Formats: sequence, C-alpha cells, structure tokens
Amino acid sequence: MASVAHDEHHHADLHHGDHHHEEGFVSKYIFSQDHKMIGKQFLMTAVFMGIVAMLLSVMFRIQLAWPGESSDFLSFFLGEQWAPNGVLKEDMYLGLVTIHGTIMVFFLLTGGLSGTFSNILIPLQLGARDMASGFLNMLSYWFFLISSLIMLYSLFISTGPAMAGWTIYPPLSALPQAMSGSGTGMTLWLISMAIFIAGSLIGSLNYIVTVINLRTQGMTMTRMPLTIWAFFVTAILGVLSFPVLLSAALLLMMDRLAGTSFFLSDIIVGGEMLANHGGSPILFQHLFWFLGHPEVYIVLLPALGLSSEIIATNSRKPIFGYKAMIGSILAIGFLSFIVWGHHMFITGMNPFLGSVFVFTTLLIAIPSAVKVFNYLTTLWKGSLIFTPAMLFAIALVSTFITGGVTGIILADSALDIAIHDTYFVVAHFHIVMGMSAVFGMFAGVYHWFPKMYGRMMNMRLGYVHFWITLIGAYGVFFPMHFVGLAGAPRRYYDYSSFGDFNESSYNMIMDLNVIITIFSIVAALGQLVFLFNFFYSIFRGSKAPQNPWNSNSLEWTTPVERIHGNWPGDLPTVYRWPYDYSKPGSDVDFIPQTVPLADGEEEH
Amino acid sequence: MESKLIILIAVILGVVALAQLVRIYELSSKLRKGSEHEVPNRDNVLNARLMLIFMVFQFLGLIYLMFKYGWTGRGDAASIEGVETDWLLNLNFVIILMVFFLTNFLLFYFSFKYVRKPGVKAFYYPHNNKLEMIWTIVPAVVMAVIIILGLKSWNKLTASSGNDAIVIELFSKQFDWTARYAGADNVLGRHDYKLTADNNELALVTTNTIDSAIRIMMDGPSGIEVMQRVLNNRDTVINDSTLSAMRVDLSRKERLLRLLFQMKGHHSKSLDKSAWDDIIQKDTLYLCVNQQYEFNFRAKDLLHSAYFPQFRAQMNTVPGMTTRTKFTPIFTTEQMRKKMKDPKFNFVLLCNKICGGAHYKMKMIIVVKDKKSYDAWMKQKSKETFGAKYFPAPVAKALVSVGPAKM
Repeated sequence: MASVAHDEHHHADLHHGDHHHEEGFVSKYIFSQDHKMIGKQFLMTAVFMGIVAMLLSVMFRIQLAWPGESSDFLSFFLGEQWAPNGVLKEDMYLGLVTIHGTIMVFFLLTGGLSGTFSNILIPLQLGARDMASGFLNMLSYWFFLISSLIMLYSLFISTGPAMAGWTIYPPLSALPQAMSGSGTGMTLWLISMAIFIAGSLIGSLNYIVTVINLRTQGMTMTRMPLTIWAFFVTAILGVLSFPVLLSAALLLMMDRLAGTSFFLSDIIVGGEMLANHGGSPILFQHLFWFLGHPEVYIVLLPALGLSSEIIATNSRKPIFGYKAMIGSILAIGFLSFIVWGHHMFITGMNPFLGSVFVFTTLLIAIPSAVKVFNYLTTLWKGSLIFTPAMLFAIALVSTFITGGVTGIILADSALDIAIHDTYFVVAHFHIVMGMSAVFGMFAGVYHWFPKMYGRMMNMRLGYVHFWITLIGAYGVFFPMHFVGLAGAPRRYYDYSSFGDFNESSYNMIMDLNVIITIFSIVAALGQLVFLFNFFYSIFRGSKAPQNPWNSNSLEWTTPVERIHGNWPGDLPTVYRWPYDYSKPGSDVDFIPQTVPLADGEEEH
Repeated sequence: MESKLIILIAVILGVVALAQLVRIYELSSKLRKGSEHEVPNRDNVLNARLMLIFMVFQFLGLIYLMFKYGWTGRGDAASIEGVETDWLLNLNFVIILMVFFLTNFLLFYFSFKYVRKPGVKAFYYPHNNKLEMIWTIVPAVVMAVIIILGLKSWNKLTASSGNDAIVIELFSKQFDWTARYAGADNVLGRHDYKLTADNNELALVTTNTIDSAIRIMMDGPSGIEVMQRVLNNRDTVINDSTLSAMRVDLSRKERLLRLLFQMKGHHSKSLDKSAWDDIIQKDTLYLCVNQQYEFNFRAKDLLHSAYFPQFRAQMNTVPGMTTRTKFTPIFTTEQMRKKMKDPKFNFVLLCNKICGGAHYKMKMIIVVKDKKSYDAWMKQKSKETFGAKYFPAPVAKALVSVGPAKM
C-alpha cells in the first residue's frame, strides 16, 4: 500500500517539475495551501493570541498584588466599565482569568505549538512535497483563525467574556442568572471552541495521514525524528479526545438554549426555581476532562519532541535511547486517556473510582522519568552548543522535572484533598505544562526560524530573552507553590478575607503575591525582546545558510528560499536515522540522513 | 491621559533605540566576519556558567522559600485526618525534593561541564538497555510505595463515618454557607428544593412545608391562579414576548405543582419529626473538640466547594446530589490561637469552586469549643429548632416539649 502511494506521489512530482507557476499574493500569503506558509500563519496568529493572553495575565496579577489600588494600566486597557477608577471589577477579574487560560491552553499551546510545527516539520522532516491534503490544511488554519477572532471579540461585548474559568463547569456556565459572563460571552466561547475543535480535527487527521503515507523512500517509522513521533501521537490524541469536548460543549449549549437537563438538577438561582431535574454537573466534568487530560499531553508532547531534536543536535550526540523515547511517548499517550479522574477526586465521585485514577496517574511518572533521564544522558559527555534554542530546550527539561514532581503530590488523592484548587495546582500546571510547552515553542522558533524565514534571529537578543524568561518563570511559579500550601484558593479576586481569620497567612500571601506579580511583569517585558527580535529578523536578519546548525534531518537539505514542493529535484532518499552525530569513524560530527551507509558501517 | 501618552512615547522610543543597537551590533559583527549561526566560544562558555549560577540561585531560592514560608501559612493540621495527611504530604515532599535536587543538579551541571571544548568530540552513546531498565524500575518501585501509602490513607479518609459521628449539613449558595445540625435524633430531615420558601430556606420536607409550598404555588402572589387570571383576562394588554415568557413560566409552575402533589402522596408523616428537631445555624459553625463530624453538603444554585484548610478537608457541593466528608477536630480555637501565636486566629470554611463575582468572599468562621462550653452552647441552641421557628410560639412550645421525647 505504502509503496503504491509513494509511486503515485512520484508521478505527481515529475508533473510538478514540468511547469512552474507564479503565485499571486492572495494564494501565496492568504489562502495558501503550502504547508510552510500555513505553519507560519499559525505561528503569527498564535503569537498574537499569546500576547493578548499574557496582557490579560498581567492585568489580573496587578489586581492580586495591589488589590483595590488604582492602576493606569488597568484603566487604559479596560476603561471605565470594567475598571472604574483603575480598579478591576470582580466579574472582569474572572473573565480575564478565564480567557487567559482558554487562549493559552487552546490557542497558543494547541493551535500555535502543534499547528505551527506539525505543519512546517512533518512534510519537511519526512521528505514529502506537502501535506496529504493542502486544502484541508488551509481549512484547518481558517477554522483556527475564525475561532480566534470570535474568542477575541467576546472580550469586547457589554456583558463581558465567559467568566466561569477555562474549565467552564456548569451550572455556572449554563445559567446567565448566576453571572454576567454566562450570557452572550459564554455562548461566544462555546461557538469559538466548537469551530476550534473542527479545525483541530481536520488538521490532526491530515497530520496522521501524512505521517503514515507520505514518508519518502527509506524513511521507516523507526528512522523518523522524535519530533515527528511526538506530532503523530499528539494528532492521534487530538482526534480521539477533542470530539468528546465538542459533545460536552454541544450538550451545554442545549442546556443553555433548548431547556434540556444534561448538567442541571434541582436548582434555584436568582430567586427562580428551575424545573430541570436529573442532570449531573459531574457528567460535564467527566466529559471535559476526558479531553482535558489528554490535552495536557497534546500541549506537552510536541514540546518534548522539539526539544529532543534540538538537544541532540546541539549536544552533537545521538538522542539517548531513541526507542525508549518512542516507547515513552506512546505510553504517555495511552495513559493520558485513563487518568482524567484525578481532576475530580473531591467532586463526590465514588472514592473507589478515585483509587483507580490514582494508580493510572502515578504510572505516567514512569515514562516521564525515562524521558528525563534520557535527556540527561544525552547531555552527558556531549559537546554542547548553547544556541538560544538549546537553552530553551534545557530549560524545558528543568521545568518538566520541577512541575512533574509536584504532580506526584496532586495525583495522590489523599493529598489532593488538602491542596485541590489552591495555588499549588496553579503553580504545578503552569510549570509543567505552561512553561515547558512555551519553552518548547520558543526553542522551536529559534531553531527553525532559518527554515521558516530564510534568515537568522539575533543570537545575543535570544540570550537576553532566554535568561529573563527563565528567571521570570521560576520567580513567578516557585513562590506560587507556597501561596497554595498556605491554603489560598485559586480564582479569588483578593485575599483580604484571610485577614479576618489568619493574619500570618494573609501577610504571607500578600507578600508573595507582590513578588510574583513583579516577576511576571519583568517576564512579560522580556517577551518584548523576543517580539522585536522575531519581527526584526524576519525582514532584516542576516541571511541563513542552508544547514545552520549542522543538523542531520531532512528539512536542512531543502533550499533556503521557500519553494513549492520543498525539493527542487527528486525527493531525497533516507539511509539512516537522524541522530548520527559524532559517530566514530566519521570525519565530521554529523551525517545527514541522505548519506548512504559507508562500507561496513552499522546503523545505530 | 497625559501619562498614557508619555508611556506610549517611551515604548516607541525604546523600540527604536533597541533597533538601532541591534543594527550597530550586526554591522560590527559583519566587520568581525562572524555569522549569526555560529556561537562564539566566549558566548558558549558564558551561557554554560550562567546555567550553573542559575542552578545555585534556583536551589537557594527554593530553600529560602521553604524555610521562610513552608509552614507559616498552613499551621499544624487541626484534625485527626489532617495529621495523617500532613505526615504523608511531608513524606512525599521529601521524595520529590530529592528527585528535584538530583535531576536539576545533573541537568545544569552537565550543561556546565560538557560545554563544547574546541577539539573535543562528543561521545557517541546511542543507548544502553541496562541503564534504561534501571531508570524504569527505580521510579516504578518508588511509585509503588507512594501509591500504596496514598491509597491506604485515601481509603481511611473516605470510609464512612463512625456511629457516634455528629451529622451536620452544610448548605451552600451564592455567596454564603448555612449549617444544619441534625438535632436530638442525629438524623437530618429530608429536603427537596421545590419546598424552598422564605420560612423554609433549606427546603426541609414535612407535611406542613409540602402543603404550604402547594398553597404558594397555587394561590401565592405569583402563583398559578394569579397567572391564569392575568392570561385569561380579555382586558389585559400584553406584548407577544411577555406573553410567551408567561406561558413558559406557567407551564414550568404547573409541572412543579404536579411534582409537589406527587411528593405529598409519597410523604409519610412519621418522617416529619426528623426535620422539626433540626437546628439551623448561620454565620458561625460551632464544633466540639475530639468529636467526629460527618458533613453532608448541598448546593442550592451552583457548584461550590467546602474547603477547610486547617482541617485538611475538602469536598465539592453539587446541585442535585449530596456529597459527604468527615473529620475530627483535635484543637479548640483557643488552643490553636496559642499555637499560632495569633489571638485573632480562627478556623474557617472557604468556598473553593468558582461561583460568581463574590466567590472570594464566601466563607464561614468555624469555632471549635471544648466539650463543656460546646454543650452549654448546644443546650441554648436546641431551643431554636426548625419546628420552633416554623410555627408561631404556642405550637412550637408543644412541639419542643413533645417532639424530642417521642424520639
């Protein structure tokens, strides 16, 4: 089967070479079906969404550090309606938190990370002319863009955006009487997410088909770079889990608009006795987290894949335990589907069910540990080159460890009781999923920028950006663990009520909140360095050589100037795995995948 | 407005200045014939050193935070269950801190140690099955220990409460808590949200409250009869949207009324007394030290979460179902104040599930008393049963004197 597909593809290539057609502006930049352009469109959109989400977080961090104090920054962005006299309104605080979470998780780290790098790297690293379906690929971007615009639009309506937290638990999200954001804002949230999911599904199916069918001659599954393995498993996770979120969103929509009772039962709200009976809010949580937990790995696996590639390249060493790395990606992918209940230990779910989820969840620590130790061994006795990408990739390993170990505590149901929904949880998932994935994304951007734009990013500015970001990240999230241990619940507009019953814990929370906010502002300003570097280098960066990092994988055999179809002549043929760095018996410290095995040379 | 303008100008000037700096840097590096994809050795070594320095600061920062803030906010666990949780938590912390320090040290130290040295080639080392087995099996064993200890605690924490546990219901709504003691019989009266009324906020089921709810539904100020009268009156002028809204409302009320009649049919008068002797308590929850409590949670409107930080207990409250947890306080408020060296310290019940704008204000102070003063308070309080409050004075007197005695 695969060989037939390959032959057909080959014919198409020949045909393609025959006539070169000029692309118009619209087909080149806007309705492009070229995977590289679509990848860049995803990146640009995600960068913009990321800036918005970061700004939102700075706004609510200001409120948390200096509650009740007037802030020009808040009144500048939110105006009199949401920040009268520069003091944030309670409802809008929750709106900011909700949209920050939604954008970061779905639009930046799902759409942005896997959308950008799956698109750019899957065909290039597999030796394919393009994705299996260029049209569907374009469609997936446009769905993503439309959903982004709807989500942004919801920030500007008079009743405010969705305010029920990014997990939008009903009944709060189902009842406009409960909160202003549960009106139109919530409707827009659900519409936006439904479109987002459709786009993400189209994209994922395309990635899966491409990986299975369009590998070039010699590119067996076990010669694929780990990036591709990560994208492949990520896409499978997306296809299996996102439809469940869609169903949850649709049922919620019906509860809101059609009077059904999937998630509602025996409710009196705003003085009105609702007739809904028999539904269960916990059902929604099951559906939500059936996506929600695989989602964590949808966010994380691409970042781990990117960093595997970057760390191997810049250590000038093969990634240690290639097969074990694939095995752990598969194990993590599989386990991620049977652990969702650890978000629900204290919802009233049957305690026995809770024990099962404790068991499955803690199992994930094993493949994760394997990955960490393999990274460490890759660095061991390497010849490390600290490009900004390499720095970010190493920082990813650090945050993956730091956030991972606290996960052990939260996965232990008996301990989760005491710290569930506190800032300890917020710190945990921001480090392990937020920071790791963001670092992975930055690493990817710095590393593949020459491939995307044919120019280099400025290295020194990259260093400045990296160190500010790393220090900022730990400065924000280390203290946050202690706020959580002090018993501070998340999603609190302010903690002044702690002053009523526990002075010392109140003082501690306030002290730490100020520190956290200062670090978060510094880290946010640090991103300006990146933005400047990024946009400046697109236009004025120094021209990139074909293979700037002396890397083995196929994308660096394509010409620097972007061409439709990726390779000017025939597709390359692959003879070896992508990690032959510093192989004994070779004069250079890298042997690209296209180089045939020498006489008597053994494959890894 | 002026300040905004100044900020804007400053930002723009900053960007321009940065652009110029980069330009100069690039021109000068062109002169030096360097190129952007080759990391100069000086930069490489600098970053390697910074890695190690960062590690030192990261470790010191964490240790500082642990000593300064690790225990201040929480205080000692104030329940039997909490003591066990804290023991397990500390054990887990020891394990994860060891892992954290070890792996982060290796990461940053290797980054420092194995930085590229001109002329030294990296060591080709693609895999080693023995090593990989080791770091599969060791974490697996550690996880097994954590899982076994965790589940042992979990089973204890979620086991049903003992026979001598006092039952208290905690009722949550936007944005406060109400407690209901089960009274002399230690059995909570039944509840049904359809009975909610001004004089029956917790919707307790008794023959009287059912009848009263039916009456209100039929003849109340916005009852079915009034609505029908309005709708059937030829002289009323209503626009279409109001009319359809009224019809929807009316059909909802008729459905609720049918359900109320069903409830009346099923209800047995013998269940009344378990509700009449219940005691409703607002603002502050009083508990007795060394007494096990079983808490039953209800929610009127939305999800809330009952979070008792000092007792290390937490449970969501869910509309349409009852959830439960239990704990036994081991310190009185007075003892805890001494321990915390804070004369104003109090135990507290917080809401820990987002429930609207004023979510952060939703709390209830908990006072744990010693047996003697708790009994004194309870003796006083037991005069204010649900029955006593529901009925006018003479009837109540009869109920109070007759009611508990029968049970």
